[in-house]
Amino acid sequence: MTLLGVADDPSCYSQLVNDWICPAYVSDRQQEIVDATIQHIGITVVSVVLGLLIAFPLALAARRLPRLESTILAATTGIYTVPSLALFPLLVPFTGLTATTVVIGLALYALTILVRSLLEGLRSVPDEVRESATGLGYGRGQLLLKVELPLALPVMMAGLRVATVSTVALTTVGSLVAYGGLGNLIKDGVLTDFRAELFTASLLCVLLAFVLDGLLVLAQRVMTPWTRGARA
Amino acid sequence: MRVFSDMWTYLSAGANWSGSDGIAALLGQQLLLTVTALLMAMVVGLPIALWLGHLGRGGFLAINISNVGRAIPTFALLALLVVAPWPGAAQLGPYGRAGLATLIALTLFALPPIITNSYVAMREVAPEVREAARGMGMTGWQQFWRVELPLGLPLVVSGLRLALVQVWATATIAALVAGPGLGQIITDGFFRSNYGKGIAGALVVAAVALVLELLAAFTQRAVDSTRRSTPSGGHTDALSVTGSTVDEHAETVG
Repeated sequence: MTLLGVADDPSCYSQLVNDWICPAYVSDRQQEIVDATIQHIGITVVSVVLGLLIAFPLALAARRLPRLESTILAATTGIYTVPSLALFPLLVPFTGLTATTVVIGLALYALTILVRSLLEGLRSVPDEVRESATGLGYGRGQLLLKVELPLALPVMMAGLRVATVSTVALTTVGSLVAYGGLGNLIKDGVLTDFRAELFTASLLCVLLAFVLDGLLVLAQRVMTPWTRGARA
Repeated sequence: MRVFSDMWTYLSAGANWSGSDGIAALLGQQLLLTVTALLMAMVVGLPIALWLGHLGRGGFLAINISNVGRAIPTFALLALLVVAPWPGAAQLGPYGRAGLATLIALTLFALPPIITNSYVAMREVAPEVREAARGMGMTGWQQFWRVELPLGLPLVVSGLRLALVQVWATATIAALVAGPGLGQIITDGFFRSNYGKGIAGALVVAAVALVLELLAAFTQRAVDSTRRSTPSGGHTDALSVTGSTVDEHAETVG
């Protein structure tokens, strides 16, 4: 009976129909999709945060020591040049087939973008502002925290947005070691010629990138109220 | 660290380098894919972007194409192209299985850095210089050839260099959808739990990527030195944080 029912009206993701867009797939495999999305978000956020944590001291050190700056920039550019599909395997001997491999790889890519934008942001602070702050009695630490970082924020946030969006996209490649979030679904979709799975996962990936980007734009607006005042 | 000895065994065996699916053949195939896609993207992207930059139109599009391109996973686009009825996974001459799908994806991902950088390169030419050229009686075409293009060339080349890195990376990922290129050694090694092989493939891919980057850096330096008189490397463009940034200081490699 059920067999007949299926034959009469095959669901849009059955092998016979194999539609690209299939709401039935989304509702039937909801749990799988949600799990993959959560893994994707987790890997992306941890990678970008880790990249940021490493990028900060590197950028500050590079600013202080110009000779170090070219070394840091050359090294990060070198890493950036290595394709993700090659970077993950090179980390496997150290971290195994784990999410850590993917996170470290992605953090290294994010780091390249973040160090540059941090340096650029700090450089965008006008010298007069720095001098006035010093004249007002700000020490080095206070100058950095209260004057330079807030003023550098727009440029740094632009870098953070670029890093986040590209990390969301690159996370899919983590499916090589089975930790690719939505990339795992894409991989399965290719292997089993499952169009609805492939299309849904791809779409979610792009949506995720735009949503995270939008959140960062919002965060930036909240953190830099003065830019809104200036514009009005 | 047994994987390292496995890797070394794989790399040092001459048999793994020769033959139709040996490292040498796959390397050649991937280089061919990279060069073809880069040329196609240049043929399509350069004229459009340079001309739009010259006219000062379409800036929103030229700049946002990079943002959109970044948000689309290369793996997802490759997967969609391979599973779709066209171009599918059909063999394409020396480009191998899923050759056409790979070429299309590579070209599409090479376009954003080329278009954005070329557009910005044209727009960044100082307005005074442009005015002076017009004042000298240059036609629009002369302005473009004799003034804007020579001044903007370094940024155009840095866009090509970014595109090269992007194309090489995407060509590697093509193996995830059973496509051509060196990535096959990586995916094959990982899918068969032969990690030594996978890591050996990764090492070759990474080494070639660095060599290509160095070659591109030398080319860029050669281009840069032709116009040393103008201050370069300054982050004057609002874009420097998007994509092209990655490249601004890249000449320090090596």
